[in-house]
Amino acid sequence: MSNFIVDNNGIKRYLVTINVNGIEYTKVVKANTLLVNFLREELDLTGTKKGCELGDCGSCTVLLEGKPVNSCLILAIEADGMKVTTIEGVASTANLDNIQEKFLEYGAIQCGYCSAGMILSAKALLTENPKPTEEEVRAGISGNLCRCTGYINIIKAIMAASGQEVMN
Amino acid sequence: MEGIRYPKENTLYKKKEYTQIGQSKPRIDGVSKATGAGKYCGDLKFPNMLYGKMLTSPHAHAKILSIDTSAAEKIPGVIKVITHKDVPSLKYGISPARWDENVLCIDKVRFVGDKVAAVACVDEETCYKALKAIKVEYEVLPAVLNYRTAMNEDMPQIHDEYPRNINTEIHQLFGDVDKALEEAYHVRTDVFEGQRTYQCPIEPHSAISIWKDNKLTVYSSTQSVHYFQYYIAREFGLKMGDVRVIRPLVGGGFGGKLEPTGLEFNGAVLSKLTGRPVKMFYDRAEMFAHNRGRHQGHYEITTGVTKEGKILAAKANFVLDGGAYTSLGIATAYYAGGLLPLTYDFENYQFDLMRMYTNLPACGAQRGHGAPQPKYAFESHLDNVARDLGIDPIEIRKRNARQPNTNTCNGMGIQSCHLTEALEKIETITDWKAKKEKGLPKGRGIGMATGSFVTGAGYPIYRNDYPSSSCMVRVNEDGTSATLYANAIDIGQGSDTVLCQMTAEAMGYRYENMKIVTGDTETAPLDFGAYSSRQTAYCGWACKRAGEEIKAKILETAGFMMHLPPEDLECEEGIIFSKSRPKVEPITFEEAAKKYFIIKGPLVGTGVYTVPRLGGYHKGAPVATSPSYSFCTQAAEVQVDEETGEVDVIHAWDVHDAGQIINPALMKGQVHGAFGMGISETIMEEVVFNKDGKIINPDVGGYRIITALDMPDFTNDLIPSNDEPATPWGLKEIGEGSNNPTMGAVRNAIYDAIGVNVASLPLSYEKVWRAIKEKKEKEQAAK
Repeated sequence: MSNFIVDNNGIKRYLVTINVNGIEYTKVVKANTLLVNFLREELDLTGTKKGCELGDCGSCTVLLEGKPVNSCLILAIEADGMKVTTIEGVASTANLDNIQEKFLEYGAIQCGYCSAGMILSAKALLTENPKPTEEEVRAGISGNLCRCTGYINIIKAIMAASGQEVMN
Repeated sequence: MEGIRYPKENTLYKKKEYTQIGQSKPRIDGVSKATGAGKYCGDLKFPNMLYGKMLTSPHAHAKILSIDTSAAEKIPGVIKVITHKDVPSLKYGISPARWDENVLCIDKVRFVGDKVAAVACVDEETCYKALKAIKVEYEVLPAVLNYRTAMNEDMPQIHDEYPRNINTEIHQLFGDVDKALEEAYHVRTDVFEGQRTYQCPIEPHSAISIWKDNKLTVYSSTQSVHYFQYYIAREFGLKMGDVRVIRPLVGGGFGGKLEPTGLEFNGAVLSKLTGRPVKMFYDRAEMFAHNRGRHQGHYEITTGVTKEGKILAAKANFVLDGGAYTSLGIATAYYAGGLLPLTYDFENYQFDLMRMYTNLPACGAQRGHGAPQPKYAFESHLDNVARDLGIDPIEIRKRNARQPNTNTCNGMGIQSCHLTEALEKIETITDWKAKKEKGLPKGRGIGMATGSFVTGAGYPIYRNDYPSSSCMVRVNEDGTSATLYANAIDIGQGSDTVLCQMTAEAMGYRYENMKIVTGDTETAPLDFGAYSSRQTAYCGWACKRAGEEIKAKILETAGFMMHLPPEDLECEEGIIFSKSRPKVEPITFEEAAKKYFIIKGPLVGTGVYTVPRLGGYHKGAPVATSPSYSFCTQAAEVQVDEETGEVDVIHAWDVHDAGQIINPALMKGQVHGAFGMGISETIMEEVVFNKDGKIINPDVGGYRIITALDMPDFTNDLIPSNDEPATPWGLKEIGEGSNNPTMGAVRNAIYDAIGVNVASLPLSYEKVWRAIKEKKEKEQAAK
């Protein structure tokens, strides 16, 4: 368990160090601080979206040690000492990541609110399974809800990002 | 100029083809959304900002006896607590005929979720502590939870002004329905039920209000900065010019973000009283409670047809559950029957409707506004009629299909219409005839339906003389970019992108050099915003006109520079050339624009569009009028598991008469999204209440919407045309007509698969399973 101090109201505050997009941040958080709020409020990384705060919609998907998680279901203290990748860190250079490029090329983005979570789920999928079938792609993003696109162009974009031929 | 290659010989004079429209240009906001850099309202923070939440009613119908905020006010970090005593008592709404909602409830609450008090605190967590500490004493009243019995004499009255809980009553009659039904070869009546659904955009509503120096600035997740500005100014007695409404990126709306909510009104009061910016927001459950989603309804349809299936008369008798307030429901009610005569041509039509108040969340405008459920009923009914007569479903629709340059019986004028071609094409691409002749495997079925929708509402929501859309274009001093200032609202559909394409096309410029300033009442001129699929046409006209003004100005300057008359010059993709003298060296838009600025100052073009007067003179005639209408056909092939009732949509087809396509990729995206929402509503979605009127599934776990696993393979097809004179370049709407046929097409496919009529939405696995079971039991009993 992380180090903690007790504030004037008797509430414990924990010292956590979380590596976000390659940078280590050490912050004082409450026990109930969610990872999504840690990212958005403490670090101003607002690319991670809040859609339901119940783990239903997938908008807040980030990679925790490379695995996609709903950051609204993870406490900041649970991520202490771990590596987190958010949409702001998905591209390792100033250029866009291949998945982001394909999302733009295939019209996979409309309102954009689910896009960050979608792209991170796709990233996790393609890292583990570089040549997924269409069914595997559908399953891989089935935890990310999109209300705009009907998913078709998102599926095409991910297939294209895996280097597979896609009818557009 | 660097980067511009001059053609040695002028080969640019050719038959005019579009260079900026008709192409899948990348979204102008794409990179900011793909990288997470783009800011939505909930992402914004201001120095010294407070967080606000509302306390809502736990009862469906109750008198408020007292509110005690003293304990909440003592909690550290609670800055302000307000009740109805602190807010204007002026009732608001969005349909001006029925302003029936208070910023905070005064004497009673009318649904679970109605607004009772609001707090502003230093952080979100403190807000929840404050809400818990507010003590409200209620006297619980009997509630009206069933819209079908809401008008009964013994039912409690929800609003003093509306006896028997009737919110809207419509009786329209065109032609002689009784006579036509008497003369008909076959008359049939069917009844269908629709369910309550919710838009469920992935981005929750939020608003940040900053009241400073008697001026109010509101950042909001909104579909219309103008209506927000108008209604917020009205509520607080402010001049419109002192209310600034700004929309950051919007994460989907689908109709649910068209009207201001308690977030804007209470946030404004809290900001005024604290002198600090106040951010207010709904969580997912609060979104469901605020609602304004699709009305559930009871739809009785009668038609009389000839032996050949020609419709002689139609009767629509509907009841809608409006919920506790009007919202946009009056328009919904008129749309419900107003749009039905679009796709099929009949002379005699009777439309009766009651929209009822109930103690449930208010319903409003959801994608396809008022039309999808009635259309589902009509398309299901028409398949039943075709079966009675032994006519193929596509054939009966061909025999009744709307033709170009005709009027509907209820006063709508249609110019371009390619519905017949769309019917022929869907027959071909689905291999319809072969599937019907040879039959499909067990449990498999195919169905289709037609659709249509307004390309923009003919009249604004509140009565005013303003033009429908306006915009301004300013070219940068050195000509290397141009900025479009327009308050059409991009809620994800891509309006910013297509408007920049259209502006660039009209200017003779390049989309890639366009910028847009939008969603801000202080920097861009008036537009009513994103609803009724209006922006591409209406703001498109404004953009075309502003672009043409720029082009005329620049060609005049170029004429001086090139020593040629401006009439002989043309500008395409930023190159200005002589139409008659191929050897004259072209110059660039940049050069001419820079010269213009040096001589005359800012190079600006403005554009405006006002819808001409449309429609008949009967009561409610304005609703469903439009300068132009889209048409489409959709088909779905389904596999029904007869053991479980599970419906799997295997493949779907859409053939669209959408006129000139501005951006094919965005167009397809609209059709996919609308169809996806359509099958989701057909098969799974339903807001469900307990016996006390409380929503039991106010989350996307319990309220199921389709995932990537549920979306079928999809074929987009088009009837290409640009013969619509009422719109710029002959375009038509795409975003809402695309879910007009979906429910009917899927229902008809399910009927085709299992031969049973499930007459209520959603066609859930359970209902389908029960219907199959009943059918089997009947067959057993008959043996």
